[in-house]
Amino acid sequence: MPWRRFPASSTPCETRPVRVLVAMSGGVDSSVAAALAVDAYGTSGVVGATLKLWGGESDSGCCSVADVDDARRVADQLGIVHHVFNFSAEFEARVVDPYVTGHVEGRTPNPCIECNRHLKFDRLSDRAAQLGFDAVATGHHARVDRDPDGTWRLLRGADPKKDQSYVLAMLGQDQLSRTLFPVGGMTKDAVRSTAARMGLRTAAKPDSQDVCFIRSDAGRAGFLGDRVPLHAGRLVDHASGDDLGQVEAVELVTVGQRRGMGHGTDGRRRFVTAVDVPARRVTVGPPEASMASSADLTTVAWVDAPVTGADGFDALAQCSAHGPAVPCTVRPDEDGLTVSFASPQRRVAAGQTIALYDPGRPESVIGSGVVR
Amino acid sequence: MTGDVGRRAYLDHAATTPLRPEALEAMLPLLTDGFANPSGAHTESRRARVALDDARDRIADLLGAAPGDVVLTSGGTEADGLAVHGGWEVVAERHPDGPPPAVVCSAIEHHAVLRACRALSARTGAELREVPALPDGRIDLDALAEACRGDVGLVTVMAVNNELGTVQPLADIARLVAERSPDAVLHTDAVQAVPWLDAAAVAAEAALVSVSAHKFGGPKGVGALVVRHGARVRPRIDGGGQERGRRSGTPNVAGAVGAAAALAATVAGRDDDVARVRALRDRLGDGLVARVSGAVESGDRDRRVAGILHVRVPGVESEAAVVLLDEAGVAASAGAACSSGAVEPSHVLTAMGLGAAEASSGLRFSLGVTTTDEDVDHALAQVPGVLDALRN
Repeated sequence: MPWRRFPASSTPCETRPVRVLVAMSGGVDSSVAAALAVDAYGTSGVVGATLKLWGGESDSGCCSVADVDDARRVADQLGIVHHVFNFSAEFEARVVDPYVTGHVEGRTPNPCIECNRHLKFDRLSDRAAQLGFDAVATGHHARVDRDPDGTWRLLRGADPKKDQSYVLAMLGQDQLSRTLFPVGGMTKDAVRSTAARMGLRTAAKPDSQDVCFIRSDAGRAGFLGDRVPLHAGRLVDHASGDDLGQVEAVELVTVGQRRGMGHGTDGRRRFVTAVDVPARRVTVGPPEASMASSADLTTVAWVDAPVTGADGFDALAQCSAHGPAVPCTVRPDEDGLTVSFASPQRRVAAGQTIALYDPGRPESVIGSGVVR
Repeated sequence: MTGDVGRRAYLDHAATTPLRPEALEAMLPLLTDGFANPSGAHTESRRARVALDDARDRIADLLGAAPGDVVLTSGGTEADGLAVHGGWEVVAERHPDGPPPAVVCSAIEHHAVLRACRALSARTGAELREVPALPDGRIDLDALAEACRGDVGLVTVMAVNNELGTVQPLADIARLVAERSPDAVLHTDAVQAVPWLDAAAVAAEAALVSVSAHKFGGPKGVGALVVRHGARVRPRIDGGGQERGRRSGTPNVAGAVGAAAALAATVAGRDDDVARVRALRDRLGDGLVARVSGAVESGDRDRRVAGILHVRVPGVESEAAVVLLDEAGVAASAGAACSSGAVEPSHVLTAMGLGAAEASSGLRFSLGVTTTDEDVDHALAQVPGVLDALRN
């Protein structure tokens, strides 16, 4: 059990049994995480908790009554206590509202990252500490390791296709010291076969897709359209400034987007290079115009102490959940960080996150920031 | 935690009560030999019919009503829905040409009433006026008077609030409604009143009265709507026309018999039980307020039923508190639980004018006839430590 850390970190004189709170979404990963936690700490050391995050309608994700039922029944089968915590007010304030505001302001926030930042590894871990738990375990595909000097490391999950270190790259030392990822060392196939072998009812449940609070039939357009007015805008060529037509809603367009932008006169596909919501203008250009040599980050988080120094440092930058990690140089500036890519990259939309990895140990997260 | 390891104090009687032995004993024959459908023409059916009719007579008598006034339902929620939708429809049919009659409810109703009113309003276009409560948990009578105009078809105000235990001034409300909204039918959800108050006196104040058996030691899945004073209800469940056409479906004979036995035992023991439980409740309240700094007991004790103690502890999230209280062997409640089991911020406390943080800091300890001195001792030994730990 390479993920198991406690009671190694407990003080030697402490005889109290270790207690772990497992965040159970009702999916297969967190079901198996709970089962492995029970193997390690026993039924009396493990409690399951499902977060009620979204009060509205949804058809996927982690907050429907059906998912709560699945989590509760898995907990019953494992013989552990299960609670439901209602964090829907914080979810609305910290995840949904900023998501809507971001789109109104021409940014594209990642709600899963904000949920991890504010709900799972802040609100829930505070609640867990309050209730006397030593750690929170989740079903994320990532690993926590500890250097000989005691520094905690956040590592990629063992299954490269399912690695979720990108959406966890805001975690710091304090959080990592209280976090367990029991399935991080497993492939997804191994997780599913473990669930099937144990007869867990979630064994064959499909992976959750997309944003949990957006219904697939309404989509992002339906969700945002119910909350804020959407505005038609002009499509403009980046070089000539020529008017190329209309987009239905500028709020729904993201920098880097290709879908729906058509082709240029040279027959090549067009990409969005800029979105100006107040001006109701979307600028498009050929592939090379959508490339950028650098990105500026705010809301910077470090796994360990901040890396400083005017000369910066080398890193690997990952700009999306499953994108490649590309070489870059990172320099601190007054507002955060500037990431200079070794070769130009597709422009990353404001609001998106860039996760930074250690070039000497490419599995290991250094930190992250949100594109300004 | 110190104290008696493994001991538990069940202090959630407002959620549900244990089945009274009298109810269990009365029900067993109907769950075995007396299984028949009371609507048949044979001997087995006639026996079941006698049991059902006896139970209905007994329930009606104890509620001060006639047997024909009692519509047996699957519980308090169904009785509330039948009153709100079915009672309103009868009034609306008298005014076929005008706008749909307005609906008035208190904002601190149980969800069974509140959501029925909102659904009725959404379905029919009837205007819904939700009347707020005063900080002591009683409905704001001035605001109620303002809402009760000539266009109102249904007014519904609970007899006793389920979170605070506050007794509502039903006689004043009935007078006010009769004067200001003469067309309106008055409904009261008396689910939390029956265990503690003179049920017949409460029931006399309104034309439509809902009760629920499992709140007074009867089985779950049994309730009744008393329909009187010229009121009628349109059915919400169509079928074989049972309950004089007001609620179809094969009668729950054993449930009705259990409800009648539990109600009889409740009424017979009420004076003694109320005095004893009130003393226990007050001891628990006094002890918690004395031992938990900042703890505030909600509402005026003189205006609350004997069994309910509601306290607010600033800085303590009740959702976390109930988890630790459970581990400490105390079963308490943090407010209304939704279907997923999550705790919702209390709409009752919000309607009393409290902010979101304060509305999430309420804890309800509800006692019942089976509550003992030892339960209160256990709670007093465990609760202060839990609440202090959460606040630090």
